[in-house]
Amino acid sequence: MTEEISYGDAIRIGFEYLLGTRPDVFVMGQGVWSPWYVGNSMTDLDKKFGRERVIDTPVSEAACTGAAIGASLFGHRAVVVHPRMDFMVLATDPIVNQAAKWAHMLGGLSRPAVTIRGIVNRGGEQGAQHSQALHSWYAHIPGLRVVMPATPTDARDLLIAAVLCDDPVLYIDDRWLYAVSEPMDPPADVDLRDIRPVVRRTGGDVTLVAAGHSWLLAETAAADLAGRGIQAEVIDLRVVNPLDHEVVAASVAKTGRLVAIDGGWRTCGLAGEVIAGAAERLDPAVWRSRPVRIALPDAPAPTSRPLEATYYPTAEHVTSAVLAMVEETPAAGARTARAG
Amino acid sequence: MGPSSTQTPALHSDDDFGPLTDPTQFVGTLNVDGHPADRLLAFLDMMLRIRVTEEVIAELVESGTVKCPCHLGIGQEAVAVGVAACLTPRDRAFGTHRSHSHYLAMGGPLPGLLAEVLGRASGCSGGMGGSMHLIAREQGFWGSVPIVAATVPVAVGAALSARLGGVDAVAVAFFGDGACEEGVVHESLNLAASMRLPVLFVVENNLYSSHLDIQIRQPAQSLSRFGVANCIDTRIVDGNDVLAVEAATRELVERARAGGGPGFLEAVTYRWRGHVGPSQDIDVGVRRSMVDVAAWLGRDPVRRLAEGLIGRGDLTPEELTARRDRLREEVTAARDAALEAPWPEPSALLDLVYAAGPVSPFQPQGLEA
Repeated sequence: MTEEISYGDAIRIGFEYLLGTRPDVFVMGQGVWSPWYVGNSMTDLDKKFGRERVIDTPVSEAACTGAAIGASLFGHRAVVVHPRMDFMVLATDPIVNQAAKWAHMLGGLSRPAVTIRGIVNRGGEQGAQHSQALHSWYAHIPGLRVVMPATPTDARDLLIAAVLCDDPVLYIDDRWLYAVSEPMDPPADVDLRDIRPVVRRTGGDVTLVAAGHSWLLAETAAADLAGRGIQAEVIDLRVVNPLDHEVVAASVAKTGRLVAIDGGWRTCGLAGEVIAGAAERLDPAVWRSRPVRIALPDAPAPTSRPLEATYYPTAEHVTSAVLAMVEETPAAGARTARAG
Repeated sequence: MGPSSTQTPALHSDDDFGPLTDPTQFVGTLNVDGHPADRLLAFLDMMLRIRVTEEVIAELVESGTVKCPCHLGIGQEAVAVGVAACLTPRDRAFGTHRSHSHYLAMGGPLPGLLAEVLGRASGCSGGMGGSMHLIAREQGFWGSVPIVAATVPVAVGAALSARLGGVDAVAVAFFGDGACEEGVVHESLNLAASMRLPVLFVVENNLYSSHLDIQIRQPAQSLSRFGVANCIDTRIVDGNDVLAVEAATRELVERARAGGGPGFLEAVTYRWRGHVGPSQDIDVGVRRSMVDVAAWLGRDPVRRLAEGLIGRGDLTPEELTARRDRLREEVTAARDAALEAPWPEPSALLDLVYAAGPVSPFQPQGLEA
């Protein structure tokens, strides 16, 4: 029987695979020697591979990210770790202006094959600067691939794919997923260009689309809905830039209903982009109900316990939204009749 | 005007350059004693090549042929030439918005520069970059970009890669006095010093950011204090003395190559033209005056070296004119060829965003076992 491996441990296994098989890989960032910063996702990597290749750094997000980019120009597969994405904002110039643009503006003669790991670490009354999930911001940037693993296997495999990719990749993992576990096969090389959105649960009544931790909300809601006789199709986007809209469009063509769930803010966010992508591709007659996005309210994260309790989307929000949609267009036969 | 010493003033105080910011000082002929003529003539040719190329680019901007922002470094040629003289193509230099000089001094091909400024497919960056985004990898120039200070940490990473890969290479970050007001420079100095990385920080202190002089922007004019504060071996030189720049660079580069950690070179200089574009006036300078500009023309790095060579009999005024004319012909020929070169294919717009296909055209280097 295959052993269950947790999301956090799967990240560590991904690093072990990369550091063990590729002499050109190294990792740098604040707290990479400390579980206090990175949970169990990098435990003892420094002891196993040496502190020359697993480098804990000064409190300098911009310089460390710029340095990882610089190293990546010379054949190193550098990984720079930001234990909390809020602080990664200080490295936005190297990420957005440098890593994402050098290949293009230097005519393809420069390849910053860097991986930037940004950890989402929120909840627990940590407040506005210890809570952010900024994937939508970065997914806006051409040239920067952005991946958001939702499952333990993807946590490992998307890390491997990111590091082996010739383009800069922002890899976003979420501490709220670290305890989730599943059995998995041994690691192998993964080509990021082969990674597409995946249908993790099939159903004909509604399409639920999410990435990262939001996928867990969608999956939990789908299990609940199944008990109520509603079959939800759940799509895990996995890669949010460049975003592949075709899997979602094909699903909504079947279900006629779309709920996009996102752990980021509502305005100009991933959920809106998912809905726009489907809207552009589908005939208006396909839609049985107006699409819905479930996202953070447009406010910074509060520290107050009761406010925080209302702030983050839950599986119940997803279930309620779907129930309201289905109530609006109750009969599965309604669409059949219209189509007929 | 008699020969003056090329030695560096022994200054390490926080706020005093002594005579280095006085343009009536350090204007004399360079003392070329002990320097072989062929080497000095190569320096002279390279400084002239940079100057003539930028004069031609200025004409292209004035005529409206070139639209992209061009930041000219006329007057500052000695810094790039003196530093590059101590580097090899295996080294890893990075530039700024004002990097025609760095590209050429490192050996970047002239036709590729002119074609790039003109946005042609034969440009050094495939016509995708223009004046502010230059690259000449084979010559050791790995990229220039206009975000102020952006390449400073990138150079630190290039040095880190060299050390991790066991490659005998130093990295060099060229930047300006304005960049020293960016936080990432200080992060980079600290990181490089803490890790004892083989990187040379070269700050061209031309006393101006775009429009503000340094006395408005900083409590002291000398930037060497930042190197000292980070325990980095630091030198201040007359940046219009190519021999002084070379001598100080050589010390710092050799130390870095030997594992002694980073170096910080402050080269005091002055740009003759505007912040951007071809103007020879006070440009956007709030307190820049034509009196100052005229005075700084007297510290011309090209003339000072040429006089040294002429004084020793290695060059005649006629030969100097002939060299300059030959360079002008070479540059204008490259310009004319570039004007005939094709634009980038429309497909380049999207094809270059991500690495194409399973086999990337990029060949990583620097990890030789």
